Amino acid sequence: MQLTDERLIRAHTDTVWRAILDPAVLKACIPGCESLTGSPETGYEAVVLQKIGPVSARFTGVVSLSDLRPGEGLTLSGEGKGGAAGFAKGSAQVGFAPEGDGTRLTYTVDANVGGKIAQLGSRLIDSFAKKLADQFFERFQMAVEGPEEEPAEAEGEAPTEKKGWFKRLVGG
Amino acid sequence: MPKDHGIGASSKRREDIRFLTGRGVYTDDMNLHGQTYAVFVRSQVAHGRIKSINTSNAASMPGVLAVFTGEDFKDVGGNPAGWLINSRDGTPMREPKRPVLAHGKVRHVGDAYAAVVAESYAEAKDAAEQLAADSDIEELPAIIDMAAAVANASNRVHDEIPDNLCYDWGWIEDNRAAVDAAIKAAPHVTVLELVNNRLVPNAMEPRASIGEYFPGTGDYKLTTTSQNPHLTRLLVAAFVLGIPENKLTVVAPDVGGGFGSKIYHYGEEAVVLAAAKKLARPVRWTAERSESFLSDAHGRDHVTKIELACEKDGTFIAFRTETMANVGAYLSNFATVTPTFLHGTLMAGPYKVPNVYVNVKTVFTNTAPVDAYRGAGRPEATYSLERVIDKMCRELGLDPFEVRRKNFITTDMFPYTTPVGLAYDTGNYHATLDKAIEIGNVAGFEARRAASAKRGKLRGMGLSTWIEACGIAPSHLVGVLGARVGLYDAATVRVNATGNISVMTGAHSHGQGHETVFAQIVAEKLGVPEASVEIVHGDTSKIPFGMGSYGSRSLAVCGVAVTKAIDKIVAKGKKIAAHMLEAAEEDITFENGSFSVAGTDKAKTFGEIAFSAYVPHNYPLETLEPGLEETAFYDPANFTYPAGAYICEVEVDAETGKVDVVAFHCADDFGNIMNPMVVEGQVHGGVGQGIGQALCENTTYDDTGQLLTGSYMDYAMPRAGDVPFYNVDYSCQTPCTHNPLGVKGCGEAGAIGSPPAVVNAVIDALHRGGHTHVKHIDMPVSPSRVWQAIHG
Repeated sequence: MQLTDERLIRAHTDTVWRAILDPAVLKACIPGCESLTGSPETGYEAVVLQKIGPVSARFTGVVSLSDLRPGEGLTLSGEGKGGAAGFAKGSAQVGFAPEGDGTRLTYTVDANVGGKIAQLGSRLIDSFAKKLADQFFERFQMAVEGPEEEPAEAEGEAPTEKKGWFKRLVGG
Repeated sequence: MPKDHGIGASSKRREDIRFLTGRGVYTDDMNLHGQTYAVFVRSQVAHGRIKSINTSNAASMPGVLAVFTGEDFKDVGGNPAGWLINSRDGTPMREPKRPVLAHGKVRHVGDAYAAVVAESYAEAKDAAEQLAADSDIEELPAIIDMAAAVANASNRVHDEIPDNLCYDWGWIEDNRAAVDAAIKAAPHVTVLELVNNRLVPNAMEPRASIGEYFPGTGDYKLTTTSQNPHLTRLLVAAFVLGIPENKLTVVAPDVGGGFGSKIYHYGEEAVVLAAAKKLARPVRWTAERSESFLSDAHGRDHVTKIELACEKDGTFIAFRTETMANVGAYLSNFATVTPTFLHGTLMAGPYKVPNVYVNVKTVFTNTAPVDAYRGAGRPEATYSLERVIDKMCRELGLDPFEVRRKNFITTDMFPYTTPVGLAYDTGNYHATLDKAIEIGNVAGFEARRAASAKRGKLRGMGLSTWIEACGIAPSHLVGVLGARVGLYDAATVRVNATGNISVMTGAHSHGQGHETVFAQIVAEKLGVPEASVEIVHGDTSKIPFGMGSYGSRSLAVCGVAVTKAIDKIVAKGKKIAAHMLEAAEEDITFENGSFSVAGTDKAKTFGEIAFSAYVPHNYPLETLEPGLEETAFYDPANFTYPAGAYICEVEVDAETGKVDVVAFHCADDFGNIMNPMVVEGQVHGGVGQGIGQALCENTTYDDTGQLLTGSYMDYAMPRAGDVPFYNVDYSCQTPCTHNPLGVKGCGEAGAIGSPPAVVNAVIDALHRGGHTHVKHIDMPVSPSRVWQAIHG
């Protein structure tokens, strides 16, 4: 299946770019991610716990970044084996473009499953993949800009950008 | 008053007592001392190269006794195809080796490439999971779509087969030009493209096998879910493992349904035997339902273009068919004959059409093997014919009943040789059509339609007039057509000293009711109570030989072998009686269980004769052997040709697209009827499966070859609420002319005749409801497809 979506992130494009290259951000954003080690250059090894329909599995696999175009976009790919449950693989082509003070993030996600997950949960895969992608980019947005309801933290000046934990961390 | 005993009686099925009270003994019910458990490791990808399998972790896990991979079986034989089919250009079909366990490559999701044997099921399962994790399989692009498979020479299911084509078959090739010319010159040509949907057999009992090896004698025993234990023995012993047939006993005990899927030999059977020898312990395996979905041979899966050329009055001139048949990843045992000789030879139907040509391209794909499934080729033929005829009637504004009448072969034309090579011995197609019109109260349809309309439903009526060739046999004929086995059958009738009778049959009953019906025949012929006749089947150490049960052949072939053996018993009985009654043999008559001297009151009962044969104190020992046991092999002269007319009525909810089958009428000609109740049961089951195919069932692989319909959550089986009360009639009887019972076979009829009746009814309902733009809907005619067709 393939799905496309977009969202507006209230942060500068270079902040967004740095965030997506940060393993800690990736780990926090991948739903069910239990561990993620490695680097953007070598790729990551990840353990992800997920439940698809009746099949619950711990996927071990690799996450890699490719087609890196600084400030413009990249491709995130993942492939995980869930033992008897089967396997899942997917990729997201992510694009960034400045829009006002923020960044327009667009993504196209491709997902495939195999083995028992496909046999038992195929009806659920499309909605599941969409949910997973939505969760990932929602968390990413939160990590970068902070939640909607977060109060402004500096008095006196109206912030043009909200600060998520990533931005606070990097002082952007 | 109907008979209550013997031939023609509706004797209650004796096997049902154990089946319905949970006392059947199936393979998985057998527990053996020292038994071990096999679990198979199956490919999760549709197409992949096996780069390495590290067995050491799995082998050292608790309870693990042995690990097998394809490497362990690379030097034994392949599981062969049973029929050699030649392409149009005369070249033989491509026949890749089908290994016991996948070796080098995996070729479909569920393709077993390793096996683990352990002390317990759980330990074997754990180790199999470990082995899967330790397998490095490089995924290759999957070949799923048949047209793409043939077009793309670089991507191959089998590396040695460049275009993924098994064969390109033409029937009859010499007629091709004449058929083309007839179509070109015809006043009207109707064209229809259709898909015959792929089905999973879904026997209630999954496949299961137990291998045993006896080191003291070197004997093997395989207990397995088979429709034909002798064929399985031949294949696994002689072709695959190289075990002498006389050192292997194959037992198929109670088997819970097969529908074709248990005709074939599967690799799991070879593995449990090899493992049993290695461990000198019994090795057992029972498929999980998921494994059944993935690895049982599937059915149908044809993509067809059919053309019907006719006069403006509906008189048929020609049928031309182009079909692509999916054979899956490997050639299952009957896979090559199902889309060819079991399909192409039926493409004249019950009609006197002068020109018929069929082209079938059979294609390898990265899907489970496809093979014969209830009807096997004949449902595909019938569906194509009956749908295109229905479409033609709509195009020309003709009455579908009259068009059939106009084109039927008439009773004065038998024996009738069709342009596709079959010789129909007898039939009366007008009679079954008239009977269907009568029992279906076609005259009252308009009133029923109006009543449905009042309830907001579109009512339609669909007709299908079908014929099949069954009693799959004549060896001389199938030999010419490429069969690598004979297709006779055998039976032994053993009269015991006390007069009761054991009958060993080559036919195997896995739900059909042989134990009852064969006993009725024996009881009738020998004048003994049915209760004194025992039917023994499914054990190669007990039965003489047999080709098993499929193709509606049990009664028409093995049933006749039983009667031939009985004839020999009676002939010998007459000799014994002549001696005991001091009369000439030719003066002895046998009737109602009594041997008597014609014209006198001197007589001996059947029991007295039997006793004398085993206690031969007063016996012609110098000319006659003691004992009363006879065996007969029977190889018929021809197929049998049951035929019939089915009328289906549906109600369609145009708002939701939901189809309800509200009436189904069957008028069949099965020749003579041995047990009406069993015949009705067979028709009910067959029609139920046909309605399942027409409305519910579909097997879906995604474009990476993952099976998306791998459980009953996604594979829709028909349920009781999906089928109506059937109206079954079998009173039109033209007995088969070449078997002494005059029987034709009824096991597959329902599944052959019903799908087009259902789909024709749906199209009829839509047309009557004003949706005349709908020319065809592919099966399964699901609510979403109907809704889309209405709004398309």
